[in-house]
This record gives sequence, structure tokens and C-alpha cells, in this order.
Amino acid sequence: MKIFGLKRKDLLLFVVFSAVVLTSRYLFAPFGAGYPDLLQKFAIYGIFALGFNILFGLTGYLSFGHAAFLGVGSYTAVWTFKLLSMNPVPAIILATLAGGVFAAAIGFVSLRRSGIYFSILTLAFAQMCYNLAYSVLTPITNGETGLQLAQSDPRVLDVAFGRDYGAVLPPSDLFGIVMTGYSGFYFCAVVLIVCFYIVIRLFRSPIGLMLRAVKSNQNRLDYTGVNSRPYTLAAFVISGMFAGLAGGLLAVTDPLAGAERMQWTASGEVVLMTILGGSGTLLGPVIGAGAIKYFENIFSAFNEGILNSAFSFLPETLQHIVVSVSSLFVGEGWHLTLGALFMLIVIFLPGGLMEGFRRLRNLAVRLFGPGGGGSEPKPETT
Amino acid sequence: MDAILLQILNGLDKGGAYALIALGLTIIFGTLGVVNFAHGALFMLGAFCAVSVKALLSLNKITIDPTKTTAWGTPMEVRQPYVEAWFGDFGKTLLDYSVPLSILIAIPIMLLIGIIMERGLIRFFYRRPHAEQILVTFGLAIVLQEIVKSIFGANPIPQPAPDTVNGMIDFGAMIGIEAGNVVYPAWRLIYFLFSLFIVAAMFAFLQFTTFGMVVRAGMADRETVGLLGIDIDRRFTVVFGLAAIVAGLAGAMYTPILSPDYHMGMDFLVLSFVVVVVGGMGSLGGAVLAGFLLGILQSFAAMNEVKNVLPGIDQIVIYLIAVVILLVRPRGLMGRKGVMEH
Repeated sequence: MKIFGLKRKDLLLFVVFSAVVLTSRYLFAPFGAGYPDLLQKFAIYGIFALGFNILFGLTGYLSFGHAAFLGVGSYTAVWTFKLLSMNPVPAIILATLAGGVFAAAIGFVSLRRSGIYFSILTLAFAQMCYNLAYSVLTPITNGETGLQLAQSDPRVLDVAFGRDYGAVLPPSDLFGIVMTGYSGFYFCAVVLIVCFYIVIRLFRSPIGLMLRAVKSNQNRLDYTGVNSRPYTLAAFVISGMFAGLAGGLLAVTDPLAGAERMQWTASGEVVLMTILGGSGTLLGPVIGAGAIKYFENIFSAFNEGILNSAFSFLPETLQHIVVSVSSLFVGEGWHLTLGALFMLIVIFLPGGLMEGFRRLRNLAVRLFGPGGGGSEPKPETT
Repeated sequence: MDAILLQILNGLDKGGAYALIALGLTIIFGTLGVVNFAHGALFMLGAFCAVSVKALLSLNKITIDPTKTTAWGTPMEVRQPYVEAWFGDFGKTLLDYSVPLSILIAIPIMLLIGIIMERGLIRFFYRRPHAEQILVTFGLAIVLQEIVKSIFGANPIPQPAPDTVNGMIDFGAMIGIEAGNVVYPAWRLIYFLFSLFIVAAMFAFLQFTTFGMVVRAGMADRETVGLLGIDIDRRFTVVFGLAAIVAGLAGAMYTPILSPDYHMGMDFLVLSFVVVVVGGMGSLGGAVLAGFLLGILQSFAAMNEVKNVLPGIDQIVIYLIAVVILLVRPRGLMGRKGVMEH
């Protein structure tokens, strides 16, 4: 029996996922994450990581240039706002398409090689986009300042439909609903849920199986007479479209696009999100993206004062030492934590958090027997 | 003609840095089979060795000179570096030559860092997929760079070259062209010669010593060398240390050309990977050749005449070449058959 084309287990996963996303405002509130700016980031980077996972998790091709598609999506969305309309729908559609077109062009070239060559090629292309955005393409990207809206923008469609924003800079709005605060988050959340549905369908489809075959042994696949290139290209383009969409959503919630979004460290971040959550799993990338953005938010907000009060129970000298060591890792030093986390995950838990959950569950089953251990309904997703 | 010569010279120093980093990357990849994304961080650490040496040498002794007063009428503080107080003029010279001197400090430090890195982290990744090697060394690079940032701050720290070679030299006059046309900073020329020297030393080491022979054999066929009863792992640890030294020296000597900051490693790393790929994975000669070649090409692309025709080409020329090479000749300029080919 299939509902929406999903088997029962997937359907359950999908429904639970949607419910959690839509109620995250209340669910995450006890952790201090129940406000729209952060929830938006969870959703947007969740989409980004979901898309990256289609490429890396399924085919094993490690792209180091996905931030370029995110940046392209952002620029496209902001230009759509400027030229056509402040409505987010055309913006994200065009951003997705732009991401897809760029991915098709870059993927067509990069996918001729595999392994480390592929990583370096995508890295080279992304750096090219980044450098160009900073230098020659300044008329389009507005260089270091970043692309911004202006009052004098034409906004052809808005004018045609007789919308006049007067003398203020308009926020983006969906048929009158302004895309700030919670309405902005719910817009992103709905897009995330749609994306998640697409990913489930893709994972269970014949194409998904073919992509997994590429990961396990591409040579053998080629020798059996299958041309694997179109499949990998399809995966690359789809993941590029997800990245473009995420970039577009970033511009919807905050209509500003800058080239630093395209830097290769940003590409590294999405790799980390995927790995941290568990590459190749359905839920992992979203969890990874959420975890990274959550900790980024918490850690960056810390400062010496907070640390001092947190460790005030310790003796004076010990407190001083602990504070000075841990202050390396918070605030400005958040990247240090990120790098260390990166290493720890790759060294000890290459399967990511999902792998960790599974090990914990197996442990629980071993300890309490098969009956008592199933108290935590963590759906199997691989 | 003069302009062309000048551009070639301009590319040589940067090319030298690319070549040295790419050389280390290739050696590590060829022997250990590890893709080391933290190699740029080693370059950066070398540069900060020079910064530390300079900082140590210029530690001040503050004395109060009662005979002079400041504008506010208080006794003036005289700051004098300890080395000057202790050694007089010789101390001044020491301070002046802090960059070349830092080589002496950088060698043991980089060797130590390299060995710790290999024994502590990299060796656990020999048998794991390339993707995981890339990721773990990428994480390590971030960690190293953030540690340096927290110690030395985020701003570039200028390091002057020694006074005698800090100026320009008239290279044109030296080779018999009309004087005054090809004028060039002396330190850059020294850097170029230095990088040539290191490359030559490295090649001689690999070619003419028994140790080098074992390493080359290990690059060709690791398993057989192991079966012959040679402890290949221990040799490769030393090889990693050597590659770290090469990267570190490249960084230390580069400081007068580019004031070091914490992310210089990352900037150079991406380019060095491109250099390795263009030269051919696993080919030492290819890495060096491609390093100089790309450095020179980059400086040609930065000429105004070229930029007017193709705007922005100076930003992307290296990547463009890498793309073309990988598509036309996937093995790279001098790549060996069977290395990293699927």
C-alpha cells in the first residue's frame, strides 16, 4: 500500500518530520532556539545539505564547490526582486533554475573525472566564480558591498499589478504576507518539507539505486554496459538546484547577496553538515545542518563574561585557567570548534550522528533485550 | 622584451612558493597516498615561525633615561631590544636578519610538527577513503589556522627583509640590457634562488642517497618494498617531516613578500592543489615545472595589456588552465601512468 507514493515506513518518517518542522517553534523553544531567525537558518541549510547529500551521500562524489551554487541562487533571487517582483515565488523558482544551469555546466566538465580530481575541479570552478564575483562581475554582483535592493529598482511585475511600495524599501512578501519573522520561517519550512519529500522519492527510485551503484563500484557499473555519466550528472544538477534554492531562500529572508557565501570554506561547511548528520541517510543532513547552525549560534554568542559566570563554582585560579582555555573555542573562536568537531567526527564517527544513534540503539537492544530497547522510535533511514 | 622579462621575473617568486608547496604535496601523496589538505597550514606555520623569531628577537628592555624628557615633561622611556643590549651591533644585525635566521628555527620546528602530524593523525588514515583523508586534513587546517589566529591576531604582520637586500636591484643592467628598465625587488630574486636551491636539494636527496632510493622505491611499489624487509612506515614518517620542512621554509622566506596572516595557507593551498594536478599527480618534476609555469602565467595575466582584452583573466587564469589540462590531458603535464586513475 502506498500513499503519496511512499511506503508505510517512509510515510511515517515524512509525517513525523513535517510535524517536527512545523511545530519546531514550540519544540525548540526550551533549547533557546525557538525564534524565527535561527529556525529559518535550520530550514535553509537543511535544504542545502539535503541537496549536497544527493550527490555525496548517494554517489560518493565529494564536491568542494557547492557554495558557488548557493551564491548564484542568492544573486539570482535578489535580481528577481529588483527587476520583477518582491514576491518570493518567482525569486526562488529562478534561483533554483540558475543553480541548476550552473550545476549542469560545471558538472558536465567536472564529472569527466572522479575521486580527488573531481574534488579539485569543483573547487577550482567555485574559486573561479568567487574571484569573478569579486572582480569583473562587480556590475552584477556589486563586489564587496554585496548586492542590495534599492528604491529605484524597476520591479516590473509589481508595477504592472499596481503595487506601490511608496518611499520605503519593501520587504519580500508572498501575496501580502511579509516574509519576516515567523511567516518567513513557515515559508522556508514548507519548502524544506517539499524538498524532503522529493529526496525520499529520489532515494527510493530506480535512479537512487543507480546512484548508489555508482558509489559502491562505478567501474563495474560501466562494465555492465550502463552509462553512468547521465545519472551522476543528474545527481549533480539536482543537488545544484537544491543549493540554488537554499541561496534563493537566504535572499528571501534577507534580501542581500554577497560573494563571501561562495567561498570554499562555505563549501566545506556543507560537507561538514552532511557528514556530521550522516551522509547517505535521509534525515542526517538536516540534523547535521541544524546542529551546526545551532551550535554556531550558541557558541558565537558566548563571551568571557558568560564563561566567568558559568565556571564561577570553581576555585579562582582554576576558573581563570578554564575560562581562558574555553574562551578560545567560543565567540570569535567558533571556527576552531568547527574544525575540531570536523576532525573528531571524521576520525571517530564517519557515519555521522545517524550512525551514532544506530549504535546507541543496538547497545540498548543488547542491554535491555529486543522488547525493552525499542522505546526510542528512531526510524531506520538508510 | 623588457616588459616580458619583467613579467617572467614577477612570476618566479610566486611560482617558487607554488612549486615548493606542490613538491611537498606530491611527495606526501606519492609516498603515503594521502591527500593532505593541511599542507597550506604548514606553509602558514612556517611563515609564523619567522614572525615568532622576529618577535622574540625584538623583546624590549625598557629603561628610563633621566636626561631626556618627553613632551609632557616626564622622563622618557627608552626601548631597547635585549639582543641589542647584550650583543651591541651584532644584535642589531641579528634583528635585521631575522627572516633568514628564522630558517634555522623553522627546520626543527617544522620537522617536529610534521612528525607529530603523521604519527598522531595521518597514519590512521592510510587505509581510509580519499574523501575522509581530505575531510580530516581540512578540519586540521582549520584548527591550525584558528590557533594561529588566536595567538597572533587576524591582521597581517609585516616582516621586513634584511636592509642590504630590501631595495630594488637593476636586473637589466646585470644581464646587459639597458639599465633602469628591468628593476626588481632583490628579495624576490633571492626567494626564487632559494626555492631553486631547495628543489635541487630535495631532488639530490631522493636521487643520490640510500634513504631517497628507498623512498622512491616506496613511491613506485610500497608493498614490495615492505616485503623486502624495509620498515617503510618509519621512512615515510621522515618523508612527511621533510615535506613539512619544505613547506615551512617556503612560508618563512615568503614573509617579506607577503605579510603573513592566518589564512595565507588556505589561499596558497587551493592554488597548490591546482599546480599538483596540472603537473601530474605523483610527478615531482611536474609539480615544480607547473608551479613556476603557473606563477609566470599568472603574472602575465595581471599585465594591463592582457587585462584590457580579457577583463578578470588574472583572477581565474590558473583555474582555467587546470580545467583545460584535466580535460585535455587528464594525467597532467608529466603525470605517471596509473597514479590516481580510475
